[in-house]
Amino acid sequence: MKEFFEFFSFADANIRYVTLGSVLLASSSAVVGCFTLLRKRALVGDAVAHAVLPGVCLAFILSGTKNPFILLIGAFVTGWLSLVAIDFITSRSRIKEDTAIGLVLSVFFGIGILLLTSIQHSGNAAQSGLDKFLFGKAASLVGEDLITFSVVAVLLLIAVILYYKELTLLCFDQAYARTIGFPVRGLELLLTTLTVFAVVVGIQAVGVVLMAAMLITPAAAARFWTENLKVMLVLAAFMGAFSGIAGAFVSYTAPAMPTGPWIVLIVSMIAILSFALAPRRGWIARILRQRRNKTRILEENLLKLLFQLGELRQDYEASRSLDDLLERRSIPPKQALRGLQKLKRQGYLKKENQRWLLTTEGEKRGRRVVRLHRLWELYLTQYLNLASDHVHEDAETIEHIITPELEQKLLEELNYPDLDPHSARIP
Amino acid sequence: MNAFWIILTGSLVATCCSLLGCYLILRRMAMVGDAISHAVLPGIVIAFLLTGSRDSVPMLIGAGLLGVLTTFLIEFFHRYARVQADAAIGVTFTWLFAIGIILISVFAGQVDLDQECVLYGEIAYVPLDLWITSGGLSMGPRTVWTLSVVTLLIAFFIIIGYKELFLTTFDPAFAAAIGISTSLWYYLLMTAVSLTTVASFESVGAILVVAFLVAPPATAYLLTDNFKAMLVISVIVGILSSIVGYYLAVWMDGSIAGAIATVTGIAFTLAFLFSPTRGILLRQKRVQGVSH
Repeated sequence: MKEFFEFFSFADANIRYVTLGSVLLASSSAVVGCFTLLRKRALVGDAVAHAVLPGVCLAFILSGTKNPFILLIGAFVTGWLSLVAIDFITSRSRIKEDTAIGLVLSVFFGIGILLLTSIQHSGNAAQSGLDKFLFGKAASLVGEDLITFSVVAVLLLIAVILYYKELTLLCFDQAYARTIGFPVRGLELLLTTLTVFAVVVGIQAVGVVLMAAMLITPAAAARFWTENLKVMLVLAAFMGAFSGIAGAFVSYTAPAMPTGPWIVLIVSMIAILSFALAPRRGWIARILRQRRNKTRILEENLLKLLFQLGELRQDYEASRSLDDLLERRSIPPKQALRGLQKLKRQGYLKKENQRWLLTTEGEKRGRRVVRLHRLWELYLTQYLNLASDHVHEDAETIEHIITPELEQKLLEELNYPDLDPHSARIP
Repeated sequence: MNAFWIILTGSLVATCCSLLGCYLILRRMAMVGDAISHAVLPGIVIAFLLTGSRDSVPMLIGAGLLGVLTTFLIEFFHRYARVQADAAIGVTFTWLFAIGIILISVFAGQVDLDQECVLYGEIAYVPLDLWITSGGLSMGPRTVWTLSVVTLLIAFFIIIGYKELFLTTFDPAFAAAIGISTSLWYYLLMTAVSLTTVASFESVGAILVVAFLVAPPATAYLLTDNFKAMLVISVIVGILSSIVGYYLAVWMDGSIAGAIATVTGIAFTLAFLFSPTRGILLRQKRVQGVSH
């Protein structure tokens, strides 16, 4: 607990630097990542991260200094080149995008490693610390790094805010953007530049491999909670910022712990929880929804069966045994029984010595399902000219889906018919 | 002699990876290969912790399992949680890689591993780690033996399963219709990729594995339309790159893995520009010739 307060008082300048740096980096790259994710080009960030290395080494070889500004320019140039190369390869040959990304990533990185090791073996004393670009050193951020981070983060955010509308259109409807005269090519370049910026800066904190996570993971997690891009951007930034703080805190309490990997681990856990638990889009929500639909279909089928039996014998009041039902439609007996019991609890059915009969409510609901089924069959034969023996299957599905509004429309469209294509009465 | 062992190691890795890579790039799964090659890190660390040695067999098993888990997770996120495909790959492998690095830091005292080694290996040390029998007879570098076994396994796998792999790659619907399990062969292929990654990580590192998985098959893909020819050409490109890469590294006094990856890139660039059927320079010429 003591550590907790020590950390969050931010009294120590080092803590301030590391935390602020991680937060700025994580949230700004998360925002840029949202756009690359929505353009379905999430892994491009991974390629850029790897392609930065040869640029850093070349800048060092050419300039002979470790001036961070010069190294960043080098990183920027090759990072940018790698994206151009991916585009060029995919557009000018039959190589697919994933192959092009893998190719550019490994070859650029290979060149980088070759140069880096060559520099290291050359005995040049000034080279130490170049490998910061490989694995990142979030825990040893200093004030100077922080200034670079803040400048880049603010620039990224300003660019996103200024070009919000254009970037959105680029992600969702490129063709439309082109038709209304947006410079799509220029916007792509802008997004590319933003990505490269985010990567070049972030890589010094978390390293080559994990940089991809800073772009992709918060964006992928945020996507599960909302359908609104603005909300998604803010959420992604918050998730990034939170994991930045948490990562810094972990490496503060346990100094042996690397900050970068912890940031990634935490943001990944957030993402995985989001995939599972998010309402509506999440995995569990989807399973529940599917199960609910399944039971509803079962219940409606049971009510429909009872109604049809009543119709057949012109006797809606009589009770039926389970076997009567299963004779007409094969439902696994256990499932059927469970469905019947549930319908009884809901007041649609009554049970009299092992036999079931419809209540008024149940009859109404069963009648509606039968009506929808027959209406739809009629609609298909009349409007799509389908043969009357081809329409049953389709109606079996749609009868559970049609809403009261649609039902009304169908009735009007078909002019309140009496008979379905099989000459059965529409109740 | 050292040069021979190093080039042999490189060629063995090149053979496994290029063969498997042909299937990966045609299935548009090149990045899955990349993901596996990074995500096996925690498997390697855990196997190392459990056995306390860099012995090859437990590591192969540990990382092989992790490789399959990676594919499974990617599939799971994509199919059941409906995460878009590229994001599923990105989230999974960075997550597992982060766990691997954290494990290394936690057990820093006990694990003689670092992420540099995983990323770009040190093929130059291959000849130093010799397999000496109890009789004192030197059998050559240990890695070469491991890799030879893995290469044989992969070659065997591709020969035995040629028809199934071919069909599930080019026409999964047809394959399923005639009763070939696409997911079984998918997971088998991914197991093969993870095995290869682990067997080669110590010597060449993840980055060269990715380079071999992608670049030689992509080069071959630009040179031929015949799948068998593509397999053969990509192996040849891989082996040639190992040889040229070795001498490039010697000349520049740099990482051999890095140099080989560079050369595979050069090979691809040459094919991209000058391939008789698909190269952008020659193709342009031919189109002009027709228009005259």
